[in-house]
Amino acid sequence: MELLFGRYRHIAVMLAVIFAQLLLLAYQVKTGEDVRLIRLWAVSAITPLARLLDGVRTGAERMLEGYVRLAGAAEENRRLRSEVDRLRLENRRLNRELTSLRRSEILGEFQSRHPSRTLLARVIAASSGPAARAVFVDRGSADGVRKGMAVITPEGVVGRVIAVYPTASQVLVITDPSFAAGVISEVHRVEGTLKGTGQKLCRIEYLQNEERVERGEWFYTSGEDLVFPRGLPVGRVRSVAPGKTFLEVLLEPSGLARGLEEVLIVLQGVHQPLPGETQAVPSELYLLAPPGATAAPEAPVAEGILSTDADRLREHYRRLGELQGHVFGEAAPGSRPPDFNWRPQPETDRLAKPEAPRPRLAPPAAPQPVAPSGSLPRSQATPPPNGSAR
Amino acid sequence: MDPLADDYTIGRRHAKLSRIRPWVLAAVSILTVLFQVYVPLFFEPAAAVDLPLLAVIYLAVHRRRPVAGTLIGAAVGLLQDSLSRHPLGMFGIAKTVVGYAAASLSLRVDADRTLVRFLLVVVFFLLHQACYWALRVLLLGESLAADPPQTLVLAVISAAVGVAGFALLDKLRRED
Repeated sequence: MELLFGRYRHIAVMLAVIFAQLLLLAYQVKTGEDVRLIRLWAVSAITPLARLLDGVRTGAERMLEGYVRLAGAAEENRRLRSEVDRLRLENRRLNRELTSLRRSEILGEFQSRHPSRTLLARVIAASSGPAARAVFVDRGSADGVRKGMAVITPEGVVGRVIAVYPTASQVLVITDPSFAAGVISEVHRVEGTLKGTGQKLCRIEYLQNEERVERGEWFYTSGEDLVFPRGLPVGRVRSVAPGKTFLEVLLEPSGLARGLEEVLIVLQGVHQPLPGETQAVPSELYLLAPPGATAAPEAPVAEGILSTDADRLREHYRRLGELQGHVFGEAAPGSRPPDFNWRPQPETDRLAKPEAPRPRLAPPAAPQPVAPSGSLPRSQATPPPNGSAR
Repeated sequence: MDPLADDYTIGRRHAKLSRIRPWVLAAVSILTVLFQVYVPLFFEPAAAVDLPLLAVIYLAVHRRRPVAGTLIGAAVGLLQDSLSRHPLGMFGIAKTVVGYAAASLSLRVDADRTLVRFLLVVVFFLLHQACYWALRVLLLGESLAADPPQTLVLAVISAAVGVAGFALLDKLRRED
């Protein structure tokens, strides 16, 4: 018996286990009742693990979801950055357009009110700024532009046309070393010659050390260079220092303060009074007809045109002598010479203003068209009708 | 000389060479049952693979003791029954038979070979399904249609999963 059990021990155990389970099954089927205890043990053993597993799964799922969201957020971040960059560019473009529009409006308003006949032009081939010593504008001979014409903005003088082509013109900027223009100070009415330095600032030459020039004082075109009509703002004095013979005056050009985008070409200049003047006009001075202009050959050449500083100085002394009743060449030897430091108009203490003078948009009381010929004393100047030159 | 005795001796010698730690045995049994009741909640195809059965086969084959295989099969089967809606004993009886058969067969074949493992799983899967079907039809009186092709496919799938799983479980074996 023992041998038999030993030999079939394994299968006997298996049959016993199966038999027990069959009994269990039979009991459940027969009674329809569940063996709750076994299930309770099983569920009690499994549930914590299932909860742990579910926690792990949920955590992993959340982590994965968070990672996916993070990846999505990174992508969204990249997209939004790209959008911001695009909007910034668009904003800059719109700001540029708005600025250009405002400048155009200002130029248009200035153009409509300024007595000189001007032509709006756009700088097309040079970067704006004082460093640009020559620029191209989109107006040429087809638009009536001639060589030598003045180029201005409401803020001041920009330069002079030095070459004209059918559809474009080249403008020598005020800062170029070869640029020169006659200027006069606002307060003391000191006249000098503005020259470019190749840098941001310009220099005013031929001002005697005795002349009074204040730092911050404004200079305007004097009209004596026969290119720029009188009364256009040129710039403000940055520094003044006495030199060997002449003052060393550096001036900050106001016409380039806002860069160069749109300018006005003066087709026909009209003198304007300087600030404080009730009447425009250095009537003995003339603007040269633009070289190459059709009108130039017909314009009679004025006798004694003031083409050099020596001419201007001689004319200045001659005028002072006439005003003092002195006739050059007829005074007796030893007689008292005229006072060349005498000033025909009493000076008022109009020193530099704290603020830069704005471009005068309102037409002057008596705009003086540039006279192509003739030489009238200042006192005999006859102002033409308003707007006659426009 | 009794050939069975020789086989048994061989089985004992093999069993001494590598043994599974008791806690690994318990953990594998519980985790496979847990997997069987939990994972199909989120991945329904996972229900097709009877992981507790694979665990019984592996453990029984590895133990190489029919009694141990019987008890392992009964325990895992009853645990699985406890978490099912069927009466207790359905999976228990089926896995008891499989556990015994697997342990007995492991005395005669080298169950460490992949192909042998694959065939063992296929055979024991079919045996398990046959037992389970018979119990449900004969004992519970359910009218359950047999689907041999599908069963065969599931057997192959289970065998593939089993081979991979067995290789993983081999890492948990302790060499003596």
